Amino acid sequence: MIPNLDNLPVYDTAGVNERIARFCSRSIKSNSKLEGLRLALSMVDLTTLEGKDTTGKVQQICYKAMHPHDTLKNIPTVAAVCVYPAQVANAVKALKDSGIQVASVATAFPSGQSSLEVKLLDTKFAVDQGANEIDMVISRGQFLAGNYQYVFDEIVAVKKVCGQAHLKVILETGELDTLDNVRKASELAIYAGADFIKTSTGKIQPAATMQVTYVMLDAIKDYYIKTGKMIGMKPAGGISTSKIALQYLVMLNEVLGEKWMNKNYFRFGASSLVNDILMQLVKAETGIYQSSNYFSKD
Amino acid sequence: MQKKSENKMFKASWAYDEAPESTNHIQLKNKYDLYIDGKFTKPVKGQYFDTIDPSTNEKIASVAEATSEDIDKAVEAAKKAFVGWSKLSGKERGKYIFRIARLIQERAREFAVIESLDGGKPIRESRDIDIPLAANHFFYYAGWADKLTYAFPNRSPKPIGVVGQIIPWNFPLLMAAWKLAPALATGNTIVLKPAETTPLTALKLAEIIQESGLPKGVVNIVTGAGETGAAIVNHPNIDKIAFTGSTNVGKYIQKAIAGTHKKLTLELGGKGANIIFDDAAIDQAVEGIINAIFFNQGHVCCAGSRLFVQESVAKLVIDKLKNRMETLIVGNPLDKNTDIGAINSKKQLQTIENYIKIGLNEGGEIYQADCKLPIKGNWCAPTLFLNVSQSHRIVQEEIFGPVLAIQTFRTIDEVIEKANNTPYGLSAGVWTQNGAKIFHLTQKLKAGVVWANTFNKFDATSPFGGTKESGFGREGGLHGLKPYVKFD
Repeated sequence: MIPNLDNLPVYDTAGVNERIARFCSRSIKSNSKLEGLRLALSMVDLTTLEGKDTTGKVQQICYKAMHPHDTLKNIPTVAAVCVYPAQVANAVKALKDSGIQVASVATAFPSGQSSLEVKLLDTKFAVDQGANEIDMVISRGQFLAGNYQYVFDEIVAVKKVCGQAHLKVILETGELDTLDNVRKASELAIYAGADFIKTSTGKIQPAATMQVTYVMLDAIKDYYIKTGKMIGMKPAGGISTSKIALQYLVMLNEVLGEKWMNKNYFRFGASSLVNDILMQLVKAETGIYQSSNYFSKD
Repeated sequence: MQKKSENKMFKASWAYDEAPESTNHIQLKNKYDLYIDGKFTKPVKGQYFDTIDPSTNEKIASVAEATSEDIDKAVEAAKKAFVGWSKLSGKERGKYIFRIARLIQERAREFAVIESLDGGKPIRESRDIDIPLAANHFFYYAGWADKLTYAFPNRSPKPIGVVGQIIPWNFPLLMAAWKLAPALATGNTIVLKPAETTPLTALKLAEIIQESGLPKGVVNIVTGAGETGAAIVNHPNIDKIAFTGSTNVGKYIQKAIAGTHKKLTLELGGKGANIIFDDAAIDQAVEGIINAIFFNQGHVCCAGSRLFVQESVAKLVIDKLKNRMETLIVGNPLDKNTDIGAINSKKQLQTIENYIKIGLNEGGEIYQADCKLPIKGNWCAPTLFLNVSQSHRIVQEEIFGPVLAIQTFRTIDEVIEKANNTPYGLSAGVWTQNGAKIFHLTQKLKAGVVWANTFNKFDATSPFGGTKESGFGREGGLHGLKPYVKFD
């Protein structure tokens, strides 16, 4: 049933900014930095979502997912590869039994401006092709018009079609305008059955920010206190450097803590982040920053 | 009592490695003399005391103890310097003050490290708050130096004369800046005494003042404890006393100078009410509670040490607060990740521990964050007291430590009455998303400063000071000039 949206916590932007500034001023050094970088790498949903994606491109990115940088020992693979439904079968084939998940965007991504019927078919297609994770978008137009029941029902319907596949619900916070709206949308998604809530499609600016991620983590926290159920979080878009990724991890560490500090409950939707993390890891091992030409761009 | 484990629900697992600020770049002498008449001068009686690092209780340096003979010399120097300094044009005075401000900025890192070393406050605070604000105060009042006739139109303001300034140990350099900058801008000369537990940044400031070429005798910095302070207060050639410290000492000073020509401003203790309504942004309010009471280990005169939570959200707020307290990092003040540093002195730690005992004996329900405290040094875990009332001593008296007394309330009138039901009147905080409620409360609360949806925010342009037993006179802003001028 749709949750009560009238008594939700409200957010004071100045206060949230102040808290974020505190996370960002944490100084992460030596081993804790390496630990954080490896963890961040293991949480990446390596993403390619372009009209020009081809079988070849998807195969290359899948190889990168499995072999981020073979000269480095003891580094994890990324968590998943995220593609459009049409590329799911390629990705499944390329990743085989590597343990890396195949995530597919669906439901008329990125705008979501289509009928429920089309969205369900879109989802079903992706699942049938072998996607283990579905990244759906909510209907922002309906949300902003106040049709919360519509948004809620749509997520419930998509969840049903997902079957065994994990459902990540993209709120597209860049279009929701206020932190209070982000909380409202998080609440709808969580109660409608989302396994993860996700900030952005990456197609709208601003994409992920620490502010909206903080509010979403707070929603996850309150839901856990109420029900004991854990929901995952995925900020996506704009997280391009190790430094930013570590700041997100500090926030996760201090808001949700231990249980969420793994790829089952936290993901980064990113692509260029991977090479930046690798560059830092190589620096830690060799003591020098290598040129970006030493890191494969797939 | 809520079980500890429930507050560990969101326990952080990623422990950050030590990230200590480097101390290689600081220059400290083993022994500091008195800064009198533009020179570092040995004390007449030759006595020195130790200043220690409260996080280890190890000695940092020896500092001269000024006796009444030294105060005589300092006041004499200030009196001589007044002749020239008070006649200097405002524009020229301003140049010196700007120079001091710039020198503080240039050496901000060194000041920050020494402040944390000598006083125990986290480097995050000394680096981001104390030192930048101190520089700001000098910049701000430098700007006023040649505009005093605009500050007091048609009243021809004149400097008062020799000013005795006595400052506390909680914000050593910042309080020196609050006192010195407006006094200099208005043309007074000064004898300043930093607190005996935290004299080092004031002495570093003396070095900067010497470097700035400020005419000798305009600023004299003398170190020592209560007796040194009494010698300043009772000196016949001092024309004004500015004191920041405890209400007890404030009362003593007021008695001591009764019947003399001396002017007086006092900034004393507080027991600030921090009021959370059910329509507040709760999560940010919890952050505000933390900042209100645990900022600088609670060694803050305007700390929000009495929390009032509306009963309908009391459980929620307290649960969230306990939860958040588990993530606070208590430890080495020089570590960049430290949230709460060391208690300033052994004596202050005893005071705080005594109040915690009193609270327990009074039947208060205690909650302390489960944090690992270092073995050496002076430490106190962040502490809450629940189920207390206005009749409890820990609610009435200033503890000056990381100890928060929590009460609930039901109506606006009730909380206003309780918030004002204290001899103090320095600060208050209101948390609500309802603007009308904020204006209603700011009018009714008897406090020098009322923060809305924030706490412990300071700015050079904003006047700060108390009502009732929290003192009189304002520091900061245009109002901060007034205590240092007289009119024909």
